[in-house]
Amino acid sequence: MSEKIKSWPGTPLGEKEIKEKRILVTEWQPNLKYAWDTGAGYGRDFAELKKGKIVGTKCNKCRRTLLPARLFCEWCFRTADEWVYLKDTGTVNTFSVAYTGTAAERLKVPRIPALIEIDGSGGVAIMHLISDVDPWKVKIGMKVKAVWKPKQKREGAITDIDYWKPI
Amino acid sequence: MPLDKVTQIGQTKPLHGEIPVYAQYTFGIAGERFFREIKDKGRIMGTKCSKCDLVYVPARIYCEQCFGELTEWLEIPGRGALHSFTISHVDLDGNRLKEPIVVGLVKFDGVYGGVVHRIGGVEPGQVSIGMPVEIVLKPKTRRTGSILDIDCFRPVK
Amino acid sequence: MRKVAVVGAGMTKFMRRAQETGKELAWETAKLALDSCELTVKDVDCVVMGTAPDAFDMVHMKHEYLSDGAGAWRKPYVRGVLGGGTGVFTACQAWYHVASGMFDVCLAVTEEKMSSCLPHPQGAFVTCWDQFTESPLGTSLLWFFAWEMNRYMTSHGITEREIALVSVKNKKNALHHPCAQLPGEITVDDVMKSEIMAWPVKRLDVSPTSDGAAVLVFASEEVAKRITDRPVWVQGVGWCLDTMYIGQRDLYYPKYVEYAARMAYDMAGIKDPRREIDIAEPYDPFSYKELHHGEGLLLCDKGEAVRLLVDGETQKTGRQPWCPSGGALGVGNAIAATGVMKVAELFWQLRGEAGERQVPGRPRRGVAQAWGDEMQVGTVVVLGV
Repeated sequence: MSEKIKSWPGTPLGEKEIKEKRILVTEWQPNLKYAWDTGAGYGRDFAELKKGKIVGTKCNKCRRTLLPARLFCEWCFRTADEWVYLKDTGTVNTFSVAYTGTAAERLKVPRIPALIEIDGSGGVAIMHLISDVDPWKVKIGMKVKAVWKPKQKREGAITDIDYWKPI
Repeated sequence: MPLDKVTQIGQTKPLHGEIPVYAQYTFGIAGERFFREIKDKGRIMGTKCSKCDLVYVPARIYCEQCFGELTEWLEIPGRGALHSFTISHVDLDGNRLKEPIVVGLVKFDGVYGGVVHRIGGVEPGQVSIGMPVEIVLKPKTRRTGSILDIDCFRPVK
Repeated sequence: MRKVAVVGAGMTKFMRRAQETGKELAWETAKLALDSCELTVKDVDCVVMGTAPDAFDMVHMKHEYLSDGAGAWRKPYVRGVLGGGTGVFTACQAWYHVASGMFDVCLAVTEEKMSSCLPHPQGAFVTCWDQFTESPLGTSLLWFFAWEMNRYMTSHGITEREIALVSVKNKKNALHHPCAQLPGEITVDDVMKSEIMAWPVKRLDVSPTSDGAAVLVFASEEVAKRITDRPVWVQGVGWCLDTMYIGQRDLYYPKYVEYAARMAYDMAGIKDPRREIDIAEPYDPFSYKELHHGEGLLLCDKGEAVRLLVDGETQKTGRQPWCPSGGALGVGNAIAATGVMKVAELFWQLRGEAGERQVPGRPRRGVAQAWGDEMQVGTVVVLGV
């Protein structure tokens, strides 16, 4: 009854009402910290990343490479069959030039998040960052290579790859 | 494949993280008035549904039973009865408190609902269900518009 | 399955920040929706709740918190969450509650109070993504849309300027929506000049965060015929979830939306959605999404949505108006409530009650769709008279 409803509920407030304390507000800072266990699949993934290697698993039924590596194929719903090492080169599937961070804060220097199809995986992409390049020169289809953190700085995490740069 | 996975887990650590947000809540239409009444006038106000013969504390703008709008406000005497209580020896994170605290649900005569708050001015061992209690407000200058403008409820002397 | 009708609808204004608490928003809207069809909360047999992640309102288990405002106490009550797809799915939920024969009247309540989450609700997504392979990269929600938009544009050779026309159209349509948060007359240049968020996504390609609620009343055929001479029938519902591994999807096309749409169209007996659907409310949290989703809804060939847009076919007066409400871009994006706002728009349009937004030619059938979760769920409802 859009037409028949004459008054729509809702009391909009502006920044002013809050800043000038014209209305009451209360704040709460959550004091929660999480520790996530990697589990078995990712555990091996990250152990390999620490060694400078990208690993996937393979389902021999649908012949897909599972990346990030995991212990079961979700389509065939069966245990993955084997671990496979992949190259640390790939192709840009898509990318962005991002001026916003995690909590929507403004970044002065843009980052280049991308999906990168890992060579040898049959076109499966992982999420990572491109750097060491003029952001406006990045193109879909561009070949890129992983730049690894120095060995002593690796901690068994996706960030052991520092970034990817065009070949 | 199933087993070689397990042996290497020790080489990785759990990943740590937190949510980078905090909350800012408005008190709402009913809450705005309810908490201002405590802050400015030191009194507890409820809203009344005449149709269902219910008085809501804390005040609300609607009756949960008939869904009608509530516009009739009335003052609730600052005296009630302790409906139930607990003596807590631990804080939110499970740490032992130096002194245990008593928290309880205070209900008021003829009111649907009640207020959860600290029970003060009494040894924990002396608290009992049904005990008459009264509101203890913070000094007016220290009230900010919060449930903590009420310092506690204490046994009526 | 029994026939199910939508018999009432209501919503709040969509606002950057509402003074009302979430439950007050829910109550104001539920009351409005019930009043609109002259029912009371006592006539309601069950309540379904739709509200997106708890972190938006910063109230955990917020379905419980909202339940009295939703009229749910001492009634069967359930919440379904599909992230951004929640709103339209709430209509699906209400449908099966009534279609099953278990309930005659179901209240479908959706609410969001995103202003509670600071500095920005986007921060709440950090714990939605994969903790190991995604979040550590400093992932921003916008990246997902930027990637998709880039892939979509590049695959079809579509330009940013063409996509900007969606924002222009929807914000203009919203000028006539009494609840709209960001209506306006803007130009393609305005969109192009607005600040880059995550290229190719610019400020004016993005819907705002909003506080708001929207409610629908669903009834069995018997009840519907008794209380109104203009029931709007639920002809089809569909929903589908795709792989969460973003690297396994080809982002240029939302296959999961197509699957959800096919499910709904099959149920509705629709063979050719391009001709058999009069109005569409595809989810448009971002400008390109209206086109992307329009294609997933099979309203045109892949990559062709932009042609419909440029040719004016999806304008309010066009052959098949898309987002005559003004969409998320114009009315605002109170996530779950936006999905229901879209279904409510179909309801009002099909009853000829949309006022200045009314599309010409007495529309008889419409489709509404939402999208979300980890950006890979499609939810679809087809309404008709």
